[in-house]
Order: sequence, then C-alpha cells, then structure tokens
Amino acid sequence: MFATKSIADDLAGSPTIKGRSLWADARARFFRNRAAVAGLIVLLAVGTFAIVGPFIAPWNNEDIDWTVLGNVADGGRPSFETGHWFGTDALGRDLFARTVQGTQISLLVGIVGALISVVVGTLYGAIAGYFGGRIDNVMMRIVDILMSIPYMFVLILLLVVFGRSLLMLFVGIGLISWLDMARIARGQTLTLKGKAFIEAARATGVRPFTIILRHIIPNLLGVVIVYATLLVPSMIIYESFISFLGLGVQEPLTSWGALINDGAAEMTNGTLWMLAWPLFFFVITLFGFFFVGDGLRDALDPKDR
Amino acid sequence: MSAPLLEVRDLSVTFKVAQQGAWPWSAPRLLQAVKDASLVLEPGQTLGLVGESGSGKSSLARAIVGTVPASNGQVLWRGEDVVGMGAARHRTHGRHVQMVFQDPLDALNPRMTVGQIVAEPLRTHFPDLSKAEIRTRVGAMMERVGLLPALVNRYPHEFSGGQCQRIGIARALITEPELVVCDEPVSALDVSVQAQVVNLLQDLQRDMGLALLFIAHDLSVVRHISHRIAVMYLGRIVEAADASDLIAKPRHPYTKALIASVPIPSPKAERSRHRPVLKGELPSPIAPPSGCVFRTRCPIAQPSCAEQIPAVERIGADHLVACPFADLAVT
Repeated sequence: MFATKSIADDLAGSPTIKGRSLWADARARFFRNRAAVAGLIVLLAVGTFAIVGPFIAPWNNEDIDWTVLGNVADGGRPSFETGHWFGTDALGRDLFARTVQGTQISLLVGIVGALISVVVGTLYGAIAGYFGGRIDNVMMRIVDILMSIPYMFVLILLLVVFGRSLLMLFVGIGLISWLDMARIARGQTLTLKGKAFIEAARATGVRPFTIILRHIIPNLLGVVIVYATLLVPSMIIYESFISFLGLGVQEPLTSWGALINDGAAEMTNGTLWMLAWPLFFFVITLFGFFFVGDGLRDALDPKDR
Repeated sequence: MSAPLLEVRDLSVTFKVAQQGAWPWSAPRLLQAVKDASLVLEPGQTLGLVGESGSGKSSLARAIVGTVPASNGQVLWRGEDVVGMGAARHRTHGRHVQMVFQDPLDALNPRMTVGQIVAEPLRTHFPDLSKAEIRTRVGAMMERVGLLPALVNRYPHEFSGGQCQRIGIARALITEPELVVCDEPVSALDVSVQAQVVNLLQDLQRDMGLALLFIAHDLSVVRHISHRIAVMYLGRIVEAADASDLIAKPRHPYTKALIASVPIPSPKAERSRHRPVLKGELPSPIAPPSGCVFRTRCPIAQPSCAEQIPAVERIGADHLVACPFADLAVT
C-alpha cells in the first residue's frame, strides 16, 4: 500500500519521463545485428580512408614517378620502400592516392544520388499519394513516362552533348534516381492516408502541407531510409559502369569504375594490383551498404522480417 | 428561438465506387452512405447514434466534421452553413468541432510524443502561444483526462488501449470545443475500460458544457450516456426520440428489433422473453430497395412499402419515426 503510494508520488513528482521512441527501439535492434554493425564499421573505415587518405599519402595523385615509368610491372609494384603502398598505375602515378581520389568521387556520386532521390522522390510521392485523384494520376504518369525512357541512353547523350563533367553526372543521376523512390513513397502514403491520425489532423484543421511534413513523411522515413541505403551502391555501380565505358568523370579526376577500367586494361601485363585495389574497395563498400541496408530494414520494420 | 448548436438538414453523403473491370471512363456507381438525414443538437446535450455496421453512422459523423464531403443538404453550426464554407474558414471552424476515434492506437501518430499529439490542435489554432504556455495547458489537460503529466514525452505504443483513448480525448478537448463527435469511442476497449472512458466523457461534458455526438452499435452504452437517440438503417434515420422514450416505447420495427437484441444479464429472463429476430443481411447501399429501405427485413411490411419512401412523422413531443405502420403489432 505504502509502496504503491510512494511510487505514484515518485512518478508524479519526477519532472518528465523520457519515452522510448520507435527510432530508439530501431537503433537498439540495429546494433544487435552483427552483420549490420560489421557493414557499418567497414563503411566508416572506407569513409575514413577517403577523408584521411590525402593527408597520409606520400605521393600526390597527379605526380608521375619517372623512376618506375617504363618498368611499372617491376618497379611499380606495391612496396613500402618506394612509398607506393598500393603500387602505381600504368603511367607511374601512385595508386594509393588515386584510389583515395576514386573513393571520394564514387562515394560522392552515390550519396548525392541517394540524397536527391530521398528529398525529391519522397516529397513527390507523398504529395501525389496524399492529394490523390487527378493530381496523383498526372504526377504518377509523369513518373511512368520518365521511367520508360532508357536512362543509360539519356545519360550517355547528356555526357556526350554537354561534355563529361561531374555536374552533368549528378544531373543525369539526379534525373532518374528519384523515380523509384517516388513510387515507393506514394504507395506508403496511400496506406497511411487511411489511418485515423491523418483524419484527426484534417478534422482539427491542419493544413495539407503541414500534414504531409508532420504526419506522413516521418512515418515514411523508415522505408525511405532502407531504400536509400540500397540506392547508394546502385548509384555507385551506375557511375562505375559509365566510367568503365569511358564516359564518366574526366581525367585527372577518377572513380572506382575508371580505376577498375584502367586496371582491367593492364590485366595481362602482370600488374594485377592495378585492378585489385580499386576492386577491393568497390566490393567491400557495396557489401557494407547491403548489410547496413538489410540491418536497417530488420530494425525499422520488425514485422516484415 | 435562437439557432441550435448543430442542425443537420437533409444531409446526403454519396461515394463513388469504381466498378471492377470497367473502362476508366465509364461512370462510377454511386454508394448512398447517408440519405436525407436530419438532426438537431443543443449545447451540452448528447445525441446517441445507433445502427448496425454499414448503416452510415460514421459517414454522417464525418460529413458533420467535414472530412468527408456532403453531396447534398446542409450542416448548420449556430445557423451558419458549414458545408459551403471555404477551406480556410473551415479550418478555423475545426476548433469548435473535434473528433474521437474508434481505434485509439490508430488515431495517434506513432512518431510523435504524447505531448506533441495533444498539443497539435493548440499549435494549429493558436500559433502565437508560447512553448511554456502550451506545456502547461497540455499538462493540465493530461491530468484532466486521468493521465500523469509526466508522461508527455512517451510515445503512443507505450500506452494501453484505454490510455490511448484518453490521449485521443485530451487532444479533442484541448481547444475547448463545443461539440465532440465520438465515433465508436469505446467499441475497441475492454468492458471495464469502456465504463471508465464513458464516465470520463460524461464528467468532461458536465464540466465543460460539451455537446456530444456519440456513435455506437452497442445500445446499452448509448442509453447510458445519451439524452436523445437516433437510429439509423441503411443511411436513413428511421427513428429519433429522447433516450428513455425510445427505449421504453420504440415505434419503428427496426428499433424494436434492435432493442430486443440487447442481451439481458439474467439467463432466466433472457430465455423467457419473446424476441423478434431479423432475418437476412443489410441490403447493398449501392442498390437499396425501393420505397422503405427496411421493407426487405421488416416483420410488418405492407405491399405499399415498396412504392413510396415513408415520411418522417412526429408522434408525441419529440418522437420522430419514419414508418406509417408503426402501430401494427409484431406477431
């Protein structure tokens, strides 16, 4: 009797009790997932590599080591003595510095692409789904039309017509990356729209755009984040493919795809490290993103496991 | 006589139903959810709305609140038509009419804390209030509905069904509305919790002078809380009267069947009583029967029932019934 009373007093007297949000629950579930945490650590390591790399590299990515030129297969092999930790490429440039540079560009492309898709796609899909009817029809048919255009063809045309530049690459990737996201966001919005809390907000007189931003988007975010983490690697693959075709970023800039392309060209000359290093970072990053994406899905949607 | 708080005149709600497999341009079929419903609600009164599933109770409530468009008729708020209001004017009107929902958890945004949920109507209608002021008002309202104010930072999934319904009630009452539309507020709750929530609503009604539109399919709950009861069948209000009058002297055959279906908590009395059981199902509201919609299941149906829609007649002081043969005995 007395115990209950004192507990009640404690509760009433304490300032406020901190609640466990669904986000906090999801975070706890995510960190219990070993594969996802390993993926996250790999991604953090790759990110650190891209940021810190330029400061610790003994060679600049543009300088040519004239001593190894002409004898790359022998003098350009990875070694601590020459300072070429990853070896050199066919032109005698330090591969460590080049890989750091490629990592920066590839991650940038992936993250910018995913960001565009998250911001544009989610808003577009949420608006189409929430307003419904004719607005929904028109907006989604636009998406259908854009989807039916062969994107690779458009991307290549863009790069050929306007010249190869990082900006054009972002424009091209930004044009297509949000389409799938818009569809996913719209579908989720349609199911959310029937919930009573949306109706409660409408009955109270909350403005439509406030409802979208306050009630719909936060509830979409779980699905959107999962899809975005899976989108980053596919953007990286895109860019690599374009670069592999020789149309991506322009020298002296480079990316994983361009480096892999260069390495593959030299494969028969006994300089396999040129292919191996960029490929290694490419592969572990993709695996990292996939594991993190899987972990996020399990953490955010415990029902759909 | 001044205008009543809420008056509904000949309100109809029609939904378009896309036909399966039809061409995109072919005309959709019309579902008549509410047809020519009229009712009056005075300040501080409770109007109970009963009827089986699919009878249009919720559609009528939503048309009054304004989340579903009315296809015909008027909703008058203190004499002012709500249906024809512009969107902006309608939003400010939302302050006076609030809603409590059936599924308590579904009605609360899972990503918002309870404090944010309860504060939302305040932030919408009084954007100038300071954060501290909002916090004190939310705290006071939480206490008023029987929740600890210390729980404002918790999330809806951390509460039980009854507590969630209290949060929903707190949200509805924070702007001090004059009418609260309760759409089956207790149907999803345990019986013991039902009683608590109903009593809470009654207390709040007494203290704040609220008018309630209380929807339920459970006649015993409605009888407990209502001053007046309206019975709906297939979108029409078939009978409306003061609560005690309607329970004691039901006139419409559907009301009689409804009252007879309420179980008596005594096996002996239950076994010995005569109860007319309705046969069949509710007809489709897409193709309702001609004339009186109840005639397909009515125990006293006459041939003329198929021909014309029965007019609503006033019998007694405040007893309205839409059946010209109400005096015929049920056999």
